[in-house]
Amino acid sequence: MNTALQGAAQTASKKPSQVYFFATCVIDMFSPQSGLDAVDLIERAGIKVLFPLKQSCCGQPAYTTGFSSDARLVAAAQLDLFPAPWPVVVPSGSCGGMLRHHWPKLFADDPVRLEKARDIAARTVEFSEFMVNTLGLDLSGASAQPVTVAVHTSCTARREMDNHHHVRRLLKQMPGVEVVVQEHESECCGFGGTFSVKHPEISSAMARDKVDAITATGCDALISADCGCLLNLNGNLEKRADILRGEHVATFIRNRLDHSSGSPNRLETSK
Amino acid sequence: MSVTEHIVRPEDFKLRSRESVADPKLRGNFRGAMDFLIDKRAAQFPDNATFTLLRKVGETTRKHALSRLPDLLDQLEINLQRLGVNVHYAENSADANRIFLEIAKKHHADMMIKGKSMVSEEIELNQAMATEGIECIESDMGEYILQIDGDRPSHIIMPAIHKTKQDIAKLFSEKIPGATYTEDVDELISMGRSVLRDKFRDARIGVSGVNFMIAETGTIALVENEGNGRMCTTIPDVHIAITGIEKVVEKLEHVVPLYALLTRSATGQAVSTYFNLITGPRRVGEKDGPREMHLILLDNGRTQAYREEKFRATLQCIRCGACMNHCPVYTRVGGHSYGTAYPGPIGSIISPHLLGLSGTRDLPTASSLCGACGEVCPVGIPIPEILMRLREAARNNSDGADQALRGQASARKMLEALTWKAWRILYSNSFLYRPFVFIATRLRWLTPTNQAGWTTSRTPLRPAPRAMRELLAQRNKQREKN
Repeated sequence: MNTALQGAAQTASKKPSQVYFFATCVIDMFSPQSGLDAVDLIERAGIKVLFPLKQSCCGQPAYTTGFSSDARLVAAAQLDLFPAPWPVVVPSGSCGGMLRHHWPKLFADDPVRLEKARDIAARTVEFSEFMVNTLGLDLSGASAQPVTVAVHTSCTARREMDNHHHVRRLLKQMPGVEVVVQEHESECCGFGGTFSVKHPEISSAMARDKVDAITATGCDALISADCGCLLNLNGNLEKRADILRGEHVATFIRNRLDHSSGSPNRLETSK
Repeated sequence: MSVTEHIVRPEDFKLRSRESVADPKLRGNFRGAMDFLIDKRAAQFPDNATFTLLRKVGETTRKHALSRLPDLLDQLEINLQRLGVNVHYAENSADANRIFLEIAKKHHADMMIKGKSMVSEEIELNQAMATEGIECIESDMGEYILQIDGDRPSHIIMPAIHKTKQDIAKLFSEKIPGATYTEDVDELISMGRSVLRDKFRDARIGVSGVNFMIAETGTIALVENEGNGRMCTTIPDVHIAITGIEKVVEKLEHVVPLYALLTRSATGQAVSTYFNLITGPRRVGEKDGPREMHLILLDNGRTQAYREEKFRATLQCIRCGACMNHCPVYTRVGGHSYGTAYPGPIGSIISPHLLGLSGTRDLPTASSLCGACGEVCPVGIPIPEILMRLREAARNNSDGADQALRGQASARKMLEALTWKAWRILYSNSFLYRPFVFIATRLRWLTPTNQAGWTTSRTPLRPAPRAMRELLAQRNKQREKN
């Protein structure tokens, strides 16, 4: 904790005193621990985290399926939840991309909402990027227990948000962590929102190949910054009775920091 | 194997793709071939900044040409006529085939030798001519292999990519008289070439596609690697070129960046083996070249894409195929599953205009929107964005400002629309959403274990015992106490 604060102090000048946390509907309902861990890490840097209780979803599921008028109404319900000029931290590249790139398009013909959407878009930052560029937590005191880690980057993080280097940069800062690279690392995991149910066989083939490639590395842990991909990958891993479970980068880092005495990294096993 | 066995329709995409995904040989073939092409392309663009810059030039060049499309077509037509080229506009496939037939009849031709042309696949020229007793012989090696097998292209650049060396060895030994079984690629190719040599000599008519048309000079540019394109356009007395109306650029210099992007993106070549610039038929005093030349400009739904700002970028395409090479869906289902002349991501955004949305409505949804296609597109077509707009058009009636697409709203299903409406009501009202989350987490054990497509290869999605908002509130309360 002290070392973490030391590191944080180095970049204190860039740091806001407070941030908004947009948890995403996936984390809120399916992967709450990821969100709690992300909040915890932000707080360790001395930043106050505000979780607006009226938040629900960025609207992406409907938007990408072709129901943008429905998506628009859900997105509109979020627009007034972030009034102060603080960063909006999103623990997902995919949802972050929706806020940053697609909300302004959704409200292109509505000047009042467009202004709010643009304002939020400019303040939207994906969690791992925020960790690297703003938090500056010192991770060198984390557990040195050797662990091999495979990283899965969501396609939106890679291609829309351009923040696919950040998770790797964070892992590099921690002792004992060896990153392994799976075959076809940059390929999609097959989730794709409603694509996974509209074309289940194609989606499943992609997910199977991805999980095959990851398990073939023999990694101890699988890390991603997107819980959408993780639902897909973990669902597949569980179905094939593999013990590996992917976890959010926030959970991985928090566990390594909390187990700095050398106890092994815990895998998230709760269903 | 008969030709009809391979006739598939885009309506059957779901069925065909399911079968293809379950075929390990096909998946292995495509994966291997696509990995090879991805590496070849990557070697031509070692530096992303250079690619980004060149792509910007390519995108701007295509956008600029499209912004003046009607004018450029007029200019092209005038210059072609000046050179003595017969220019024909074809509204649709039937029109284009009728023009081919008229020219063939005029020359009493019962055979045409063809260079590679995806537009001729689009109009199903071979099939249309066959019903009139005219044989079209493919001279591109890949296309020739498919033709003697009664098969169809599965890729726009490498049409026979789904076949192995062994498949072709077996095919040639069965179909080419006097051929013996060999897996030596050079020997196989020379077998095919010797058959085709005679056909080039005999054909009255040569058919080719077009890569670029230059309005200012009336020139058509043809990119190829085998030399068959040059033979088709120089040996027979009559040359018929066919292409889509969108392929025109203003000046020769505009072709330079597009050509550089095309060969690098398509096959990972800095230049192609042949680059033909054809400016009119044989002139007085010249010793070779066709005596008569025709250019057929096909619309076939392209003006629909042109009309709408959000779809116009579709026409920027220079048909390099990089989007399919990099597409995780195409790699798994192969080109035949799509049931269209143009498979893969570009096919999924162009086919709805060519064939209407109602038959092609499953194609735009067959993407995880991973963005790999848009990332490698050498002319900056925002393919994922256009896929989303087509999904929307397939599900919604025209919103007034836009003209309806052919087949607009044809995929609209009451249940799906109602589901999203219910979702919207729940997720846009926090006084409903918060109790919903509370109840869903409490009743998580009631979550169905069979969740249709999701549980095909995954365990069921089940809400956590408590939502993040609750856990966070609990934690904060605990902290206040301490």
